[in-house]
Amino acid sequence: MATLIIIIVDGFVFAAILFLLSVGLTLIFGVLRILNIAHGGVYALGAYMGTFLALKSLDLGWHPYLTYLMLLAGALITGLLAGPLIERLFLRRVYGQAEAIQLLLTFAILLILDDLIKLIWGTTPMLVSKPSTLLGQVSIGGISYTWYHFLLIAVSVVFGGALVWLVRGTRFGKIMVAVISDREVSQAVGINVNRIYTVSFTLGALCAALGGAAIAPTIAVAPGFAVEVVVQSFAVIAIGGMGSLEGAALGALFIGLARALAIHLWPEFELVVIYLIMLIVLMVKPEGLFGAVEVRRI
Amino acid sequence: MPEAQPILHTVELSKSFGMVKAADRITLQITQGEFVGIVGANGSGKTTFLNLITGYLTPDHGRILLLGQDSTGLPPRLVTRLGLARSFQIPQLYTALSVLDNVLLALAAQARQSTGFWKPLYRRQWLQEGMDILARFGLTAYASRAVAELPEGGRKLLDVGLSFALQPRVLLMDEPTSGVSIEEKFQVMDTLVGVLHQSQMTTIFVEHDMDVVQRYSQRVLVFDNGAVVADGTPDTVLVQPQVRRAVLGRE
Amino acid sequence: MTQRVSLAGLIAAGLFVIAPLIVPGWVLFLLTVALAKFMVVLAVALFLRGGLVTFGHALFYAVGAYTAGFGSKWFGVHEALLLVPVGVLLGALVAALMGLFMARYRGVFFSMLNLALSMILYAILLKFYWITGGTDGISVRTPTLLGFVPPRDAIRLVYYYFTLVLAGAVTYAVQRFLASPLGFFLKALADNEIRIEYSGASVQRVIYATYVLSGALGGLGGVLAAFTVGHIVPEYAFWLQSGEFVFIALLGGYGSVPGPLIGAIAFEFIRTYANKYAPYAWQMTLGMIMLLIILLQPGGLWAMYEGVAARLRRRAEGVSHA
Repeated sequence: MATLIIIIVDGFVFAAILFLLSVGLTLIFGVLRILNIAHGGVYALGAYMGTFLALKSLDLGWHPYLTYLMLLAGALITGLLAGPLIERLFLRRVYGQAEAIQLLLTFAILLILDDLIKLIWGTTPMLVSKPSTLLGQVSIGGISYTWYHFLLIAVSVVFGGALVWLVRGTRFGKIMVAVISDREVSQAVGINVNRIYTVSFTLGALCAALGGAAIAPTIAVAPGFAVEVVVQSFAVIAIGGMGSLEGAALGALFIGLARALAIHLWPEFELVVIYLIMLIVLMVKPEGLFGAVEVRRI
Repeated sequence: MPEAQPILHTVELSKSFGMVKAADRITLQITQGEFVGIVGANGSGKTTFLNLITGYLTPDHGRILLLGQDSTGLPPRLVTRLGLARSFQIPQLYTALSVLDNVLLALAAQARQSTGFWKPLYRRQWLQEGMDILARFGLTAYASRAVAELPEGGRKLLDVGLSFALQPRVLLMDEPTSGVSIEEKFQVMDTLVGVLHQSQMTTIFVEHDMDVVQRYSQRVLVFDNGAVVADGTPDTVLVQPQVRRAVLGRE
Repeated sequence: MTQRVSLAGLIAAGLFVIAPLIVPGWVLFLLTVALAKFMVVLAVALFLRGGLVTFGHALFYAVGAYTAGFGSKWFGVHEALLLVPVGVLLGALVAALMGLFMARYRGVFFSMLNLALSMILYAILLKFYWITGGTDGISVRTPTLLGFVPPRDAIRLVYYYFTLVLAGAVTYAVQRFLASPLGFFLKALADNEIRIEYSGASVQRVIYATYVLSGALGGLGGVLAAFTVGHIVPEYAFWLQSGEFVFIALLGGYGSVPGPLIGAIAFEFIRTYANKYAPYAWQMTLGMIMLLIILLQPGGLWAMYEGVAARLRRRAEGVSHA
């Protein structure tokens, strides 16, 4: 019984992390119809920037609680810089071109970001554990978790809710949906589609950066981090349905719980389970669980 | 004259989209050698009918018999193989390839050699047949040119040519003159009809332009509300007031 | 145009044949590796021709490489003329199985599913270390040729020519493929799937056939790379390896057969110099070059060459008409 509880808790923690990673990706796909492979790079960048600022603040002797603010600042700086830069300098030039070219472009940007991180911060892993240790620990089923893990779950729920509200309840959200369903008509009606694209992409980048900064205190950020998470994030949104916010949540839960199960019951399959699930779901329901996107197949 | 087996025979063909009856128990036969025009206003069900017999849509009820074989529920690819080829309102061409390449690929598909990977596409027999087809449709000059260089009328001709190259038993043309300028319209239609008559091809064509239908078809089917409301020669059918009302919205 | 390509092709072939006489040993090694990778890149280029990006071709590369590895380690087989066909066959077999399901997908799904499958292999190679050697990998002893062990100082030479001959055969086969109905239908795939289906041909079958062929090519490249490099690791299946193949296809130009070869050779040189001068910026180097190509010269090096050749030709014709 204790094991079951541990698996569930672990699963939810993983799910929270995966959700924060993937929700920006599904958002960008939903609006721009592009799979942004560079997403993992922005996520890692956010993690590194947040960690760096938080560590710096501690070095300067600032109050430990300010590390949360530093994480947030790191994410904001990353997202607000990377988003518009990537979209306007690079992505915009390949709108309308073959999908293959778009994929290759975002892949190239990922490679650059991954090395950029190395060049700025070096190859030694960094860890800012203060935000995590500050909240203390709690023991569940014999395993000790930190309250930060539960904070992550709360953050992801709040975050998801905020995004849903943004898309469904605000004027901006409605404009975004209009652009998604028909770009040409939106343009004809006077919506500045280019600006919506930039803003949406930046929003997605912010999500990625925030996700990275949020989980940074639980792991030591190290090179190669960006590349690892790319496939995971794709698996999440493919399972949930690309472009769907609820789908990202569900996909994250699915994979999070499966991974927790694997770790505790069949450790050899831990790495493989995420890909296997993606394969199985795509074979059974190719458009994903909440997918409305027409899967390109005859 | 012995009773010929109908090339196309639909029995109680029905399809609904929600509350809308797009096809309402359509029963008709088309026999070998007929040149049939299909008319109807937008939403009359003629496009649905087209999509049903080509396999793009699956009917809710009814059957489709192609050359005596039940083709109900078969996908377009298999319907084509059974002998029904279609051309499109917006020509479906391989724009990255040359005009001749387009025809050669149709011939290769017809010869069931689409996955052949050793012998070349450019082989004497197909080159001869391909050039012959292009000649019939008046496109010889464009053979090695890019598809993009074709004028709109030429694109339409090529589109029909590609379907013709499949040696179908019945050819279906979807609005062959739509998008073609008034000057070119009859020229294009003359060429098409010339080729089809010469090979005695059973032809069905959907048209909006009444003049075109009047001039070229030997039999006219009028669609309205998912059903065939008139069926006969152009002279008898197109003067009927209810037909004119249904199709043109006036007496 | 075929005539001119043949002339340039003959010159190129000639250069390859006499290469050992004019280049130093380390360059010969690079060329051998490039020739092996060229085969895998060809497979990737075929898909690109059809409008599909495969981010998972390292799968077949690894299958081929580990054929050599397992043959060496577990079966005591060191015969090149045995390992090569087996590698090709296994590559084709894996592709035949995967293709049954992969042929139904396009776009990002095709790309990512390929990626996922290659990462599953990577994970397996990593985890089952008692069979695969895990992160340590497997050392591949220099294989024999018909039982004959090449003399030590001639090993590099022998395997250069061995790889060259196979590369020549592959070039011939792929050129026939490109001129065949399947080759044209593959191009048509990127263009108009509807027309293909309404011609009575099967898009799925076109993709499937290409998939099996590409698996064979990948396996072949993998075996040959294993022979030359002498040591294989699970990273052969990692998605960055797939990315490298895609990069090379883009760099060289994927619309032709020479493109991937030029790309592969250029790549090996770029990598050597990058390792020397900017070892921590390898991915960035790749990324930046990719961006440049995508934004400025999507046809890659081959397109650049063709552009120059065309200009020279026009000038020559202008002179002769004067």
